[in-house]
Amino acid sequence: MLDLASPAPHDPRMISFILRRVFQSILVLLIVGLVAFSMFTFVGDPIDNMLGQERTDADIARLRAQLGLDQPFPVQYFRFLENAVQGNFGISYRQGRPVADILLERAPATLELAFVSGFLAIFFGIVLGVFTALRRGTVAANAVMTISLIGVSLPTFLIGILLIYVFSVELDLLPSFGRGDTVNLGWWSTGFLTWSGLKALILPSITLGLYQMTLIMRLVRTEMLEVLRQDYIRFARARGLRDRAIHFRHALKNTLVPVITVTGLQLGSIIAFAIITETVFQWPGVGLLFINAIQFVDIPVMAAYLMLISVMFVAINLIVDLLYFAIDPRLRT
Amino acid sequence: MTEMPVDRPDVIPPSRLRRAWDSDFAWSFRHSPVAMVSAFFTALLVLSAVFAPLLATTNPYDPASLNLMNGFTAPGTPNAFTGESFLMGTDDQGRDVFSTILYGMRISLFVGFAAVLLAMLIGVTLGLVAGYRGGWVETLIMRTADVQLTFPAILVAMLIFGIAKGVTPVEYRDQMAIWVLILAIGLSDWVQFARVVRGATLVERKKEYVQAAQLIGRSGFAITFRHILPNVLSPVLVIATISLALAIIAEATLSFLGVGAPPTQPSLGTLIRIGQGFLFSGEWWILFFPAVTLLVLALSVNLLGDWLRDALNPRMR
Repeated sequence: MLDLASPAPHDPRMISFILRRVFQSILVLLIVGLVAFSMFTFVGDPIDNMLGQERTDADIARLRAQLGLDQPFPVQYFRFLENAVQGNFGISYRQGRPVADILLERAPATLELAFVSGFLAIFFGIVLGVFTALRRGTVAANAVMTISLIGVSLPTFLIGILLIYVFSVELDLLPSFGRGDTVNLGWWSTGFLTWSGLKALILPSITLGLYQMTLIMRLVRTEMLEVLRQDYIRFARARGLRDRAIHFRHALKNTLVPVITVTGLQLGSIIAFAIITETVFQWPGVGLLFINAIQFVDIPVMAAYLMLISVMFVAINLIVDLLYFAIDPRLRT
Repeated sequence: MTEMPVDRPDVIPPSRLRRAWDSDFAWSFRHSPVAMVSAFFTALLVLSAVFAPLLATTNPYDPASLNLMNGFTAPGTPNAFTGESFLMGTDDQGRDVFSTILYGMRISLFVGFAAVLLAMLIGVTLGLVAGYRGGWVETLIMRTADVQLTFPAILVAMLIFGIAKGVTPVEYRDQMAIWVLILAIGLSDWVQFARVVRGATLVERKKEYVQAAQLIGRSGFAITFRHILPNVLSPVLVIATISLALAIIAEATLSFLGVGAPPTQPSLGTLIRIGQGFLFSGEWWILFFPAVTLLVLALSVNLLGDWLRDALNPRMR
């Protein structure tokens, strides 16, 4: 509902809210940066990792000065931030290559997986949510609700294993690991253009998207039931509009506001849970890289992943907050 | 509360047990089949984990009790070489799967309980302090909580595990893994406790008994921990139960990913990780039984928590 008394976008309250949120976001990123930097400083000595057995004290001192490790802590932290902003995250202890290169190489796999699962979750979430709301009490709707309950309580990795067991081991229809054949478009390697690449996407994206789908479905169902009770829907019925027009043009449109915000926040979770899915399916993405980095204590990769994911999370939260503020007038008081 | 007969010596006052049986809480339990079934399975699994050494046919950590010839015995059928039979089969090392599950459940439950205890200690303390003190202390604590809540708990736990692993010397890593796991899950989960306790404390702080305690000069420490704490405990209990289910799943997930309990001290998650390797070669039981155990355990604790929330908080019904 439009509130005529609500402030216009140039309202000073709105500007102060935006400024406050942006300031908070920057503060969070600075703190995360400090955590990432502390990992370098306190977890293991980089000198140990770079110099071999036959080092002299002079070597150590020279390298220390060369790397700027003899500088005071705030100076080092500032230089670390400066480098991170420019995409320079150092060199992986394990692979001996710049972390930025490795991340860039792995990013397409994770982003394609997240994109497909997000799409599946939103599409089937809304469709099934509307279906279970309109057909409330029928056997089919109850079955969907019960299955969704099981979907929420199963841990992600067990869903993945179950799917592998059914579709790879028993039916032998779909691959159980990897991305299949990929095509390189510049630096971006895509699995969308080959048959095996598309087949390889199916099981991981279902595993990753199932939980979010259930969440969206339940939300749409609740909102839809709530909206269908409103006066304007009854009025629309009284006007003799057809069910289809009422359900989709009037009701569904009003349920989508909370769905958009929740979906936005879930985007972050998809990235986080991609770690689990990628491990189950040995999907060569950023999440698998992160898990391997933890196993082998590869600090630069861990720190870079932390920074990258924080920027993503903070940006998503900021956008969702601002969207919500723009949509819901009650928040502006 | 039931009314106590005062003037009638012929009526025997109900015993404590009788009153507990008649309370709303017990009534709600007796009339919820879901609560009874989940309580039964939770008790069964917890007890079998506690008494694992008595129930297990072999000690999976004692190499002397293992016979490699028993490897890959299917459940229920006798082994081709030794003729021994195992309820849930054996793994590649000839370890009895039933015994490894019992011992694995001990680690899963221990990590789960300890992590929730840690989260509860941190969260309740910080929530009480934030709610009672207010001011910049409150702002600092609750802002930190907000920031942490931005990130999924499992991600925070992985990160803490990674950092703690990096700090531990290599030779102690496997021994310390369980404690690191508890620390990681505990630290990733305190926010819920802090938020709820702070909210409840804000309400309690304005009540007369707190003002009375302030008036007779009790210290802030005594007021928060002796007077306010007992009054904010019931929501804490609900969150603790639901957190326990989440902690068990978090532990299993981390161990499954290979960043949790090591193969020398396998939890249910580690067992599932090991079992996944035999999925394609047909030894399904190595994976199946630990997975079902984990599911039943997590689901019963979860349902018990749901029921507890409804029973302790009639407004939410």
